[in-house]
Amino acid sequence: MATTDIIDTLAGIEPGSALDAIRARRLQARENAQKSYLSLFEPIDAGDFSLAERAAVAAFVTGLHGESPIAAFYREKLAANADGAALVEPIKAEIERGKTSGPYGTFPAGPLSVENKAGLIYRVSPERKSVLGARLVAALEHAHLLVFRPRDAASADMKALLAAGWSTTGIVTFSQLVAFLSFQVRVVSGLRTLAAASA
Amino acid sequence: MSTVNPPVVFTQDELGWVSWIDPLPEAELTERHFAGLVDRARAKSEYFRLLVRDPEVLEARTKTDKDIFYNVADGLPRAERELAAAATSRYNGCIYCASVHARFASTYSKRRDDVQRLLDEGVGADLGERWNAVVKASVALAGTPIAFGPDNIAELRRAGLDDAEIVDVINGASFFNWANRLMLSLGEPSK
Repeated sequence: MATTDIIDTLAGIEPGSALDAIRARRLQARENAQKSYLSLFEPIDAGDFSLAERAAVAAFVTGLHGESPIAAFYREKLAANADGAALVEPIKAEIERGKTSGPYGTFPAGPLSVENKAGLIYRVSPERKSVLGARLVAALEHAHLLVFRPRDAASADMKALLAAGWSTTGIVTFSQLVAFLSFQVRVVSGLRTLAAASA
Repeated sequence: MSTVNPPVVFTQDELGWVSWIDPLPEAELTERHFAGLVDRARAKSEYFRLLVRDPEVLEARTKTDKDIFYNVADGLPRAERELAAAATSRYNGCIYCASVHARFASTYSKRRDDVQRLLDEGVGADLGERWNAVVKASVALAGTPIAFGPDNIAELRRAGLDDAEIVDVINGASFFNWANRLMLSLGEPSK
């Protein structure tokens, strides 16, 4: 493979191992999970969503899932970005404020209302709003919703992002990034667990 | 645009989906966009014309999805991959995704009533050892923090799954944590 496969690296899958052979049976999925990562973090055009913003959201999202090699990986990506390094500490502080257990949230009113589960409605700390800026404040608040209470999402949340300066295309890429990370962090965790159980 | 009529229960019926932000108009699609859509027919779908605003990500996402679910040369039967998708969607609360993948699970398993019990009763429904293990693993993976652990692996193995089939469960359930977050946050289902 031309570049190192990020899921293999983060899951600790060695070439020639049993899991390497199993992943090779879903080669298109393996290659396109990698292409998804590359198109989100090394895009052709970052005009609607800057690389520093991408790294900041990724560090936040993976950090909310708990400390892990994947959280460290995206934190380092943020630290390595010229515009991102100053955001490492604020993001770390916001992860601590945002940590909780999901999924929770509200169903459409009706028979499912008995399954409604209350939980943290995260908002960025007022003291960190200026260092993060309006776009990232809106992004972190929406990312927290996507991570922990995706069923709470409403059209008003799209309006909040638009009002904070996000373009429609930027919202699509941002949503893909948070959703992709929700996938990547689980595949890595699942494969690590399976590898450990087979050792 | 017609009035949105959101479903209030999980269902195997066919639902529509309405975007909250502007998809690209069909007339504006270029070859770069069609490459992102993978199947040209997807240009008719509001959901895909919204996601195609970032064609490279959509193309890679679509090809990941197709291989995880449609590559049945070996590994877990399609029905159980769809079960993992439906269970994840039921637990996260995506009524639209659950409707599509519950229908697929019913089609491929011929166990429509069991699938309906998953939708009606939720992820605690007793569906037999093998399906229970798949549902439980999917739920554990959907948690944040992730709750998937060695007990889930042991349970899947007791239910008869080998490691390649377990990877199909991990892939299918994980993928729906991607899909659910897009469908739930960019628009809403309509009856």
